[in-house]
Amino acid sequence: MGDAEVIPIGTGGRPGRGSGQARPSAASRTLAGAKPRAERRERTASSSDRLRPATTTEERAPGAGIPPTEWLEALQAAAVQVFGDEWEPQLARVLAFLRRRLAGEYAVDEYGFDQEVAEKLVLASLRPIAEKWFRIEVRGAENLPPDGGALVVSNHSGTLPVDGLMTMFAVHEHTGRFLRPLGADLVFRLPFVSSLARKSGATLACTEDAERMLAGGELAGVWPEGFKGIGKPFTERYKLQRFGRGGFVAAAVRTGVPIIPLSVVGAEEIYPLIGNVPSLARLLGLPYVPITPLFPWLGPLGLVPLPSKWLMEFGEPIRTDEYDAGAADDPMLVFNVTDQVRETIQQSLYSLLMQRSSVWQ
Amino acid sequence: MGAESRSRVVLVTGVSRDLGRRFARRLAAEPGVGRVIGVDAVPPRGDIGDVSFVRADIRNPVIAKVIAKEDVDTVVHMSVIATPGSAGGRGTMKELNVIGTMQLLAACQKAPGIRHLVVKSTSTVYGASSRDPAMFTEEMQPRRQPSSGYAKDVAEIEGYIRGFARRRPDVRVTTLRLANVLGPHVTSPITSYFRLPVIPTVLGFDPRLQFVHESDLMRVLTHCVHTDVAGTFNVAGDGVMLLSQAVRRLRKPTVPLVRPAVGGVAGALKSARMADFSPEQLGFLTFGRGIDTTRMRAELGFEPTYTTQAAFADFAAVVGQPRSPAEALFDGLSSLMAEPASTGAGDG
Repeated sequence: MGDAEVIPIGTGGRPGRGSGQARPSAASRTLAGAKPRAERRERTASSSDRLRPATTTEERAPGAGIPPTEWLEALQAAAVQVFGDEWEPQLARVLAFLRRRLAGEYAVDEYGFDQEVAEKLVLASLRPIAEKWFRIEVRGAENLPPDGGALVVSNHSGTLPVDGLMTMFAVHEHTGRFLRPLGADLVFRLPFVSSLARKSGATLACTEDAERMLAGGELAGVWPEGFKGIGKPFTERYKLQRFGRGGFVAAAVRTGVPIIPLSVVGAEEIYPLIGNVPSLARLLGLPYVPITPLFPWLGPLGLVPLPSKWLMEFGEPIRTDEYDAGAADDPMLVFNVTDQVRETIQQSLYSLLMQRSSVWQ
Repeated sequence: MGAESRSRVVLVTGVSRDLGRRFARRLAAEPGVGRVIGVDAVPPRGDIGDVSFVRADIRNPVIAKVIAKEDVDTVVHMSVIATPGSAGGRGTMKELNVIGTMQLLAACQKAPGIRHLVVKSTSTVYGASSRDPAMFTEEMQPRRQPSSGYAKDVAEIEGYIRGFARRRPDVRVTTLRLANVLGPHVTSPITSYFRLPVIPTVLGFDPRLQFVHESDLMRVLTHCVHTDVAGTFNVAGDGVMLLSQAVRRLRKPTVPLVRPAVGGVAGALKSARMADFSPEQLGFLTFGRGIDTTRMRAELGFEPTYTTQAAFADFAAVVGQPRSPAEALFDGLSSLMAEPASTGAGDG
């Protein structure tokens, strides 16, 4: 047997005791064999090869090497990509639009509705959610009148009023009209929500505003269940709650506009409400603090709605113009019409649920 | 007017303020108006023309003597003030507003010659809250009764005026609830707010605003002196504007502040005498307000010349900044765009 070769541990294979010193001790040099010098020279040579020359500012900005003509070409190509072949007038239009927004030269109606914000910002950003995420199927859109006042009455569900937003999108998509939602006063108390709501066409759900909008020929939307509907537990899904005092019917009767019942299936499953923290809700001044299978456990990720399949059905318009002027003050008639609307929505909810093969498709 | 053979004698209160003084002057030049008597506790600063000024504090009964002696038949009450300003503190302001109106109305009630009373009130009386309807009509009440400040003063004043109208049914009483008056000469809480170099706003809220041009204020008051229509009327220019839009048109920077912080900033600005924020103005700048002017047109028969936007544009021409760098950039880009487009057409 020859001499055993000693390989020190923990030094990366280099001779030495792994003490961290660059130069191994004399003892270890002798242990490791006879060619330490040559090896060292080799190493220093390779490390000097790795030394780069100082970076110049020219190199740091790689664009400097590209001639301006190429820049222009690239920009032009990008413009064609974004705006199509007619990119110059398109881009000019976009610039003019931005300039106008910047200078405040646009008009809002008396409710604070800003059509440009609604169309180009709100509805445009809802499109992928409506089409790709919820795959909304709309039925009976022909029941929406092409012009004149009308009141869309819908069931309300889903913990957050996503159904309202989706209805706005669906109405605009199928008729080109803007649905003017009538929202709870909480909407107008919350920062950001309030200003965005008014700009996208909402106003407060009160008799004065409802009548004003309907008389002005707008297509208004109400969710008479209110917080009772949107904040109901998942176990009570698709069970319509009480329809308030029927104020919406009185407003429609007084202005003689048709009521269009709308049933939305799918919104119940986006945030299944399995619990509530009433004490925290009271503290925050909110109607409820929801607990869903994902929220608050996943934090902000829990705010991503579940991708349920949505069906929306606009029912036959219920005419109110044949009642005489005083009918709106007749509580019995108002309750009867309210019940009729409620029953219509409930029935079509059941039939839509039967048609849906599963929650997800 | 033809039935009324003798020319009118009009008493105008609050002429020490710019709007009051200019209205009195304008009225004195009107045909059918014989004399205009301006009343205030402090003499007016500028030229009052043909107006005869009587230095009298409407807070004490002297005002009754003035009305009796001059044989006044029309009273235009313009001294309902929104800010204490030079008058002193809030206490003085309240006294001027409420006690002053009470004394004036008491004097009017005793004067048999009084035929017309025109009161310049304000749309502040409707308050501003998240539960407001989009547009207030004259029959609507504020959603929350104001507990203090200008809004409460105005609510009380209007109460006294309704009482007066009941007791003297022979007097035609016209109350005008005006939106914010704007104009190059106007000094008011809202104009001093827009004159700030950097405009504080409430984060996350974009109130709706309505304006009346100062010349329309003059016109509507003159119209009310001549007309025979009694009642309460909202007066505002057509259309509404958002605060964000107004600020952009002024080309001024904004500082959005969370709502609790706005109170502190408002206090600091007040002590620096830069702007006078009151609680009701804070509410207004959070929730905004709209007033319906159907009745102004249909019943009062008045048509403002300036829309809300035009009134603001006239004001912005004085207060606003020149073209901002960002706008200049956009203008430059669009002119660049326009040129190649035309040459391109030539090449093709």
